[in-house]
Amino acid sequence: MSLDQTTAAPDLDFTTSASRRLRQRRMLQDKLAAGGIAVGGVSVIIAVVMIFFYLLYEVAPLFKPAQVEPWHVKGAPLAPYTVPGSQSDTLYLAVEEQAEIGFRISADGEMVFFRAAGGELIDSERLDLPEGVEISSFAVLSEASRIFAFGLSNGEIRVLRHSYKATYPDGQRVLTPHLEHPLGEAGIQVANGPIEKLAITNNGDRWGVAALSDGQINFTRLALTENLFTGETSVDRSEKQLPSLGLKPRKLLLTPDLAWLMASAADGKIAVVNLRGEPEITQLFDASEGQITSFQLLLGANSLLLGDDKGKLSQWFFVRNDQGAPELTQIRDFEHSGDAIVSLTTEQRRKGLVSVDNNGALALYNATARRTAFNEPLFDGPVGHIAMAPRSDALLVEQNGKLSYWHVENEHPEVSWSVLWEKVWYEGYDEPAFIWQSSASNNDFEPKYSLMPLAFGTLKAAFYAMLLATPLAICGAIYTAYFMVPGMRRKVKPFIELMEALPTVILGFLAGLWLAPFMEANLAGIFAALVVIPIAVVGFGFTWQNMPERIRFLLPDGWDAALLIPVVILATWFALGIAVPLEQLLFNGDLRTWLSNEAGISYDQRNALVVGIAMGFAVIPTIFSITEDAIFAVPKHLSYGSLALGATQWQTLTRVVLPTASPGIFSALMIGMGRAVGETMIVLMATGNTPIMDVNIFEGMRTLAANIAVEMPESEVGSTHFRILFLAAFVLFLFTFVVNTLAESIRQHLRKKYGSL
Amino acid sequence: MRISFSEWTKSGSPWVWLNAGAVAISIIMVVGLLALIAVRGLGHFWPADVIQADYEENGRQRTIIGELVEREMVPAPQLRGAGIEVPEGVEAMARDLIKVGNRDFGSADFIWAMDHFITHTQRPAMLFAAERLEWGNFYGYLREVKEAGQSVGRHTGYEKTQEYLTLWAEFQQRIDRVLDIREQILSIEKKDIGSINYEIERLRLKERSLDLEQSTDTAAYAKIEARRSELNAEYEQLQQRLTDLYQQINRDTFVAEIADGREVEIAVAKIVRAFLPNDMGLAAKIIHYAEKVWEFLSDEPREANTEGGIFPAIFGTVMMVILMSVLVTPFGVIAAVYLREYAKQGFITRLIRIAVNNLAGVPSIVYGVFGLGFFVYFLGGHIDDLFFPEAKPSPTFGTGGLMWASITLALLTVPVVIVATEEGLARIPRAVREGSLALGATKFETLWKVVLPMASPAMMTGVILAIARAAGEVAPLMLVGVVKLAPSLPLDTNYPYLHLDQKFMHLGFHIYDVGFQSPNVEAARPLVYATALLLVVVIALLNFSAIAIRNHLREKYKALEM
Repeated sequence: MSLDQTTAAPDLDFTTSASRRLRQRRMLQDKLAAGGIAVGGVSVIIAVVMIFFYLLYEVAPLFKPAQVEPWHVKGAPLAPYTVPGSQSDTLYLAVEEQAEIGFRISADGEMVFFRAAGGELIDSERLDLPEGVEISSFAVLSEASRIFAFGLSNGEIRVLRHSYKATYPDGQRVLTPHLEHPLGEAGIQVANGPIEKLAITNNGDRWGVAALSDGQINFTRLALTENLFTGETSVDRSEKQLPSLGLKPRKLLLTPDLAWLMASAADGKIAVVNLRGEPEITQLFDASEGQITSFQLLLGANSLLLGDDKGKLSQWFFVRNDQGAPELTQIRDFEHSGDAIVSLTTEQRRKGLVSVDNNGALALYNATARRTAFNEPLFDGPVGHIAMAPRSDALLVEQNGKLSYWHVENEHPEVSWSVLWEKVWYEGYDEPAFIWQSSASNNDFEPKYSLMPLAFGTLKAAFYAMLLATPLAICGAIYTAYFMVPGMRRKVKPFIELMEALPTVILGFLAGLWLAPFMEANLAGIFAALVVIPIAVVGFGFTWQNMPERIRFLLPDGWDAALLIPVVILATWFALGIAVPLEQLLFNGDLRTWLSNEAGISYDQRNALVVGIAMGFAVIPTIFSITEDAIFAVPKHLSYGSLALGATQWQTLTRVVLPTASPGIFSALMIGMGRAVGETMIVLMATGNTPIMDVNIFEGMRTLAANIAVEMPESEVGSTHFRILFLAAFVLFLFTFVVNTLAESIRQHLRKKYGSL
Repeated sequence: MRISFSEWTKSGSPWVWLNAGAVAISIIMVVGLLALIAVRGLGHFWPADVIQADYEENGRQRTIIGELVEREMVPAPQLRGAGIEVPEGVEAMARDLIKVGNRDFGSADFIWAMDHFITHTQRPAMLFAAERLEWGNFYGYLREVKEAGQSVGRHTGYEKTQEYLTLWAEFQQRIDRVLDIREQILSIEKKDIGSINYEIERLRLKERSLDLEQSTDTAAYAKIEARRSELNAEYEQLQQRLTDLYQQINRDTFVAEIADGREVEIAVAKIVRAFLPNDMGLAAKIIHYAEKVWEFLSDEPREANTEGGIFPAIFGTVMMVILMSVLVTPFGVIAAVYLREYAKQGFITRLIRIAVNNLAGVPSIVYGVFGLGFFVYFLGGHIDDLFFPEAKPSPTFGTGGLMWASITLALLTVPVVIVATEEGLARIPRAVREGSLALGATKFETLWKVVLPMASPAMMTGVILAIARAAGEVAPLMLVGVVKLAPSLPLDTNYPYLHLDQKFMHLGFHIYDVGFQSPNVEAARPLVYATALLLVVVIALLNFSAIAIRNHLREKYKALEM
């Protein structure tokens, strides 16, 4: 090739319009592609990062404080309006489900329905009383039941219920309020004189009424029976006279099981009467240093709420005392500014309460969580009655003859740090406990959202899995990387790594349906195998070492593992074989019965040991693979140097190779741990999924991941339960992400270090 | 040379042996697990002998007929505790699990019997087993075949005689007839009536959307109405034919004698297959085996998924995996190309790389939760509001389905593809790229014509590994659209053919569901093993091919690495 050939060469013109166009097209294509790839790449990365932010977005509302602001009508805040109906004192205020209609009862027996936003009268009715009879007392059964009762001066009570019917003419919802008479329109005689204080409760068709008249409390039980043929209802009644309480009751309360009557006196005393059998005062004590101003039952009527003029607000319920008798005990009190509680009402769907103090500060609490979701001075000075709408989204407040209507946003008051991670004293329990129980069939259920049992279960499962996987995987990796002949290593490594791809659902299914029953039947054999196998392996090694050389040299070094396969199989078979005589000898014939009878250890068929083995199986390949890489990557000249100085293989391994590879091994363990923590299917299938906190290896557990898989499909979108499950997922995400990042950076560090060697 | 034990210990050799033992144990566990699945999964289809035997337990004598499923040794104290007489000096006794079938004539279809008390075991040639549409297997002696209540043949002996065989042939012939009719019925019910129902539902939605728009287009309404009455007429016709066919299929019955000597009458229409297991030769058994395997792979499940095949689950898994790979391949590759070729290499890219690596280690259930919350409820809910208001309140995309499941799994597996592709891109020598650029190619042309083709095996590896992971993943799918029994396949002949909003069945979930949620776990167990085996085989094949491709790739570019 000569020079002038090149210079004379191609008679190409690069500036024709066609080639310019081509060039432009290519440049454009290149730019478009660069842009497209950048956009695509970045958006994939964003999508992946979004998981984190989306989980956070779903979890965040859990910790948002509540908001209370004036009700808006057509964009403008609603001004307080004059109390509708009669001018006499208010006995009771309520708001209906849709927060459209308000309901007020006044002392003269007038009951009015009105627009909650504005006060326009919808309907009004007056209690029909005989001549000369007056309303002498009033009681509400419970906010959620909408039932209330008047006590009259002639010793009768009238029981009513405010009710709303929804119709849809022209596709628009129209609510029509009306009053019902659950016990009939006629009055029911419960006392001989004017009823001064009244309490009423019911439990299905069984009703209970306590009436104070002339210093005497009369307890009347009413049983409603409906005649199947005529449809008429008849009332069976029985009466009890209660002993003198030793205080002057200001308010009476009855529990729906008709077992307890509680009375509060002005001086801070409380009396508790057991109504089962012969009525008997079980407790009479000072519950408050000041005067009791509020005395109410929480939703479900298991808890008593007590507010006093010292500003103390507390929750009480019955707990078994040392003698095993139920005793009203203070469970918790709520943080408060210290001003007297003047008004108190409860939420109708949750264990929540609303209070207003003497300064006009409104506070929203959740009892279980002991959380103050809102506490701000909204009013000037004390207010009269307050009413919370059933959905806890609206609040009606009476102050100085005016009603103000407020919009409340309080989605998740039942969650707090202490609910999730600390012991909580739940209703019906004798002491504070960690409990996960997210749902039940009844409405007034107290949800128990402690993540502790789940986190504990997660760690327990991971611990037992690591207990099995760590020695097997690390020992196996050491041998494969350091002692095994390369030819065998090339086969063994991919084989064990293939296990990583084995669907965990298959491991879980085998663990649950094959391993669990197998283990139940061969428990002793499995423990025997744990002892027999290592002895057999070492014993065989020693025997082999002392074999005549012509046999020993048949197999080159590094093939020992292959030799051991039949040994291990035989040892396992032997261990299972001696299990029965062993059990006869040591455990009266059956290890399982012995465990539960003699050792007091309960045994579940699907237990932590099963999970440990199955999940250990799943993490062995992960740990094995990374450890093997780390050990294999240790530069050979290091070990050669050590061997040349006269160290044995084992000394070289433990003093030179393993310390060098230790960060890699550590990161392998971390990644294995991450996998064990997040594994779902194995735990789901191989445990009983009971959220208990017990380190017993023979009992099951419920992990965070399995809990999500079990409960997520049934959980209501946007509910607290739903968001807590998201929180569980977020915790899992963070945990594995942090662990993996740590492991990854250790590995990178290790790589850099070896690079310099 | 003999060495003492203490010397041997000092050299550290026991530890080496223990390490070797760990490898041996790992290998035994892996092989044992695969063997367990294979043996149980494959064994299920082999026609087992049906035994007839006398059994006496606690003074009660009875005849049992059934298949021996399992034998286990039970320690004597446990048995004594259960009130079973165990001779002195015996430490453990064998206990047999026998599948006696006939669930509709007895209480349980599986019984535990002490091997010790079983006597006179025999395998009569004419004892037949029948698979049925409901109530599980049936075992007994054929006694009579009836047509419309009239006997067409009767035999009372137990021996294999010509006469008995004639009756058996008659019975078989009638089963074939029933199978034929059932196929027709299924074709009408599934295909014809199915598509009519589908179209009627679509008409209803169309009408509803007209209502929602407050349309005054009476012509459109009339058209819908006309089409609907057409469809209804067609439906009536098909219904008539179905009634006919049902009458035909219910014509024949047969009488059989069961273990306790009772004679029972059963409709032939309930039978799927009847055979004489003890009378079968090896060839017949192999044919039976092949038939059963084919049924397993190609048929739909029966009896709450405990019998029949798993075709819908295979189909659903494949569909989902295909959709997932269509999504994950371009996005994974683009992200990898961006990270490796376009993005400025620095701290941020390193950070992203670590993050992407770690996402592969995030628990799959977290992806499921994300899929449910973001895709199903958030995106799906908005799509329904915008595009399918007529179907409300029942959700279209606002509930789990094929599309959301595929996208969720695509997100789950995208790190796998990114990592594999990046690795492939990193392996391509710089010189190759520079050569291309020096020849005047643009960056994109270099990428498209030189780099990507060279990296394609790596991408393949990534996609195959992604598929293998997706095929075995169950936990996230439980949240985003898998069901135990889907009424129809997500791909059919009704417009728009591919139903992305439909729920689907999945092999992995099938294992979980049948193994753990099924009312009759004992009966379902063999089928679960078979399903597990299928899944393992598919995933192992996928992985092996990925490994093979990777090795091939390494060989190919070894020459380039100078």
